[in-house]
Amino acid sequence: MIRTPLRPLARILEARQKGENPDAIERENKRIRHEQMRDSARLRAEGRLFVLGAFFFCAFAVVGARMGLLATTEPVEPRAHAPGAVISASRADIVDRNGNILATNFDTHALYAQPKHMVDPVAAAEGLVKVFPDLDEERLIKDFTGTRKFLWIKKKISPEQKQAVHDIGDPGLLFAPRDMRLYPNGSLAAHVLGGASYGKEGVHAAEVIGVAGVEKYFDDYLRDPANGNTPLQLSLDLTVQAAAERVLWGGMKLMNAKGATSVLMDVKTGEVVSVVSLPTFDPNNRPRPATEGDASDSPLFNRSVQGVYELGSVFKIFAAAQAIELGLVNADTMIDTKGPMKVGGFKIGEFRGKNYGTLSVADIIVKSSNRGTGRMALQIGIKRQQEFLKSLGFFEATPFEIVEAAGGKPLLPKRWTDLSSVTISYGHGLSTSPMHLAAGYAAIANGGYRVSPTLLKQEGPKLGPRVMSERAARDARTMLRKVVSKGTASFGEVPGYHVGGKTGTADKPKPRGGYYKDKTLATFASIFPAHDPKYVLIVTLDEPVETSGDKPRRTAGWTAVPVAAEMIRRIAPLLGVRPTVEPVKEPVITLTSSN
Amino acid sequence: MRAILYILTSLAVIGLAFWAYRENYATQQALGEADKLHQNIRAAHSRLAVLKAEWAYQNRPERLRDLAEINFERLGLLPLHPDQFGMVDQVAYPPAPLLPITDPIDVSSAAAKEDPL
Repeated sequence: MIRTPLRPLARILEARQKGENPDAIERENKRIRHEQMRDSARLRAEGRLFVLGAFFFCAFAVVGARMGLLATTEPVEPRAHAPGAVISASRADIVDRNGNILATNFDTHALYAQPKHMVDPVAAAEGLVKVFPDLDEERLIKDFTGTRKFLWIKKKISPEQKQAVHDIGDPGLLFAPRDMRLYPNGSLAAHVLGGASYGKEGVHAAEVIGVAGVEKYFDDYLRDPANGNTPLQLSLDLTVQAAAERVLWGGMKLMNAKGATSVLMDVKTGEVVSVVSLPTFDPNNRPRPATEGDASDSPLFNRSVQGVYELGSVFKIFAAAQAIELGLVNADTMIDTKGPMKVGGFKIGEFRGKNYGTLSVADIIVKSSNRGTGRMALQIGIKRQQEFLKSLGFFEATPFEIVEAAGGKPLLPKRWTDLSSVTISYGHGLSTSPMHLAAGYAAIANGGYRVSPTLLKQEGPKLGPRVMSERAARDARTMLRKVVSKGTASFGEVPGYHVGGKTGTADKPKPRGGYYKDKTLATFASIFPAHDPKYVLIVTLDEPVETSGDKPRRTAGWTAVPVAAEMIRRIAPLLGVRPTVEPVKEPVITLTSSN
Repeated sequence: MRAILYILTSLAVIGLAFWAYRENYATQQALGEADKLHQNIRAAHSRLAVLKAEWAYQNRPERLRDLAEINFERLGLLPLHPDQFGMVDQVAYPPAPLLPITDPIDVSSAAAKEDPL
């Protein structure tokens, strides 16, 4: 650019000649130059603003267009997966401790109809009724020819049914893919597994949700796609569970009981290896909850954790163990069990009004003397008894990992008097589930540590805090062994397995107070092998009657004990427990003489 | 000098654009292939799941028990019993291998007929 000088010589000279002020020319030129500079700067700024405006407009237009596009298109999965991404989005499997499948998924289809696409609604309805005889033809015709645009016909159909519907050939009949929860073992461990059903349903997929048992308890884990390939491993053993169910079912039928339950638990880890509740159901086709009658008679009722009962004399061993623990007695201390004994105005009697005279603590357990344990309970005192039972977990619901367990809260006396203390010492006045009892016996069996019953496979022992001394636990185990070898549970002897245990026969309470005379709950709580216990087995029969004798027998010794013994005979070899010869106690020699 | 720089730059831009275009299509194709593979894997997984379910169903304890009962005459299967546990001492050692023959004696019956007896 050629700059015009501010004081052009020609014009200056001319101005001087005319006698004008040459500075005016310079000012005029400066003004012109400044105006030019202003104009060019303005132009540049305007240009920049325009470019920037255009840029922002384009950017926002792109963002807006993209948002509109995303809002109007169907959502799709990102195509590029991170390596190791989970491919199957189905519910995780449930397996037993050895990896055998207890619950898995199965691809199936649901059938739905879009009547407006139908060619011949009447023929389609006729064809459908031929395939599914349970459908109502008139209703279908009404639905197909009416104003409905969409209806579900069947939630689950088999491949054969699908082919048959396909053969009807109507374009208005459509299939929706479904994941179906399958329990290949049928009714095995039904109460633990619970069942599953559909949550939100769509044409492309449906949510499978757990409705009971472990399926509901671990619903979040099982539904998490990140766990699709890592099955939930339970502590149950499929083989043992099957054998236990079969033996218990046979025992229930033989003893004419209306229900039965058993719990088999590892004493060191708290793993429940088998838990049975009869009658049972098929989780593939879970029945509806009973709307009338007693809920505890429904097959859905899980007696092992929901059944809160007064379990009777099986509790006596806790009173004895605590009395030994506190140093009040030892196994040979003699206690007077003669009547009459009155506590709080209530007479404490023995089974069939017997009178055992003076017995040692061990014999009180062996003969199952109510007055004997009652006297020990009075010596222990209310507060210490409460603390001990609480430390064994008898005051709250078990942490067993199925949803029903939270409902099995023990029933405690409202006011814990001396009378409650005495009755609770022999298992009346405190209602607990068989699962609670198993945990309590496990503490005696493992040498005095609390364990929590669990349904998940554990690595290594999971012993809790110590609740009684090793010596008290050992003495209690010896007493339990004596109950079987020479006491009320003599049918419980299984050669090679040295079963120890305690029977309990409780009269069932009437709904309106008082007790039935001819309805009992027979329980056998056992540990085996008694000298080195590995497992606790609780067997409870509901209203059993043994009729081989002149008079019907309802005591646990005649009903629950033989069933438990048969169960141990069947399952102990499956658990890998070797039959052994019981070790003889080493003689205590203080002085040896040598000739 | 400046002109050469411009030409080189524009050539580089063209080259990069061409490369990006090819890479884009190669990526699309790779993604498509990965999709197909994923589909195959998914199908294989569901087949495997069906097979596993079938296996579990065929091996359910109830059916095995019935099979053992039906085939009792041939197989004679009974539930495991405590007295079936053995001791290690009851298992015999395998028989010792025969000693190698170091000085074989040739025996022939070719001359048997010529025997005077």
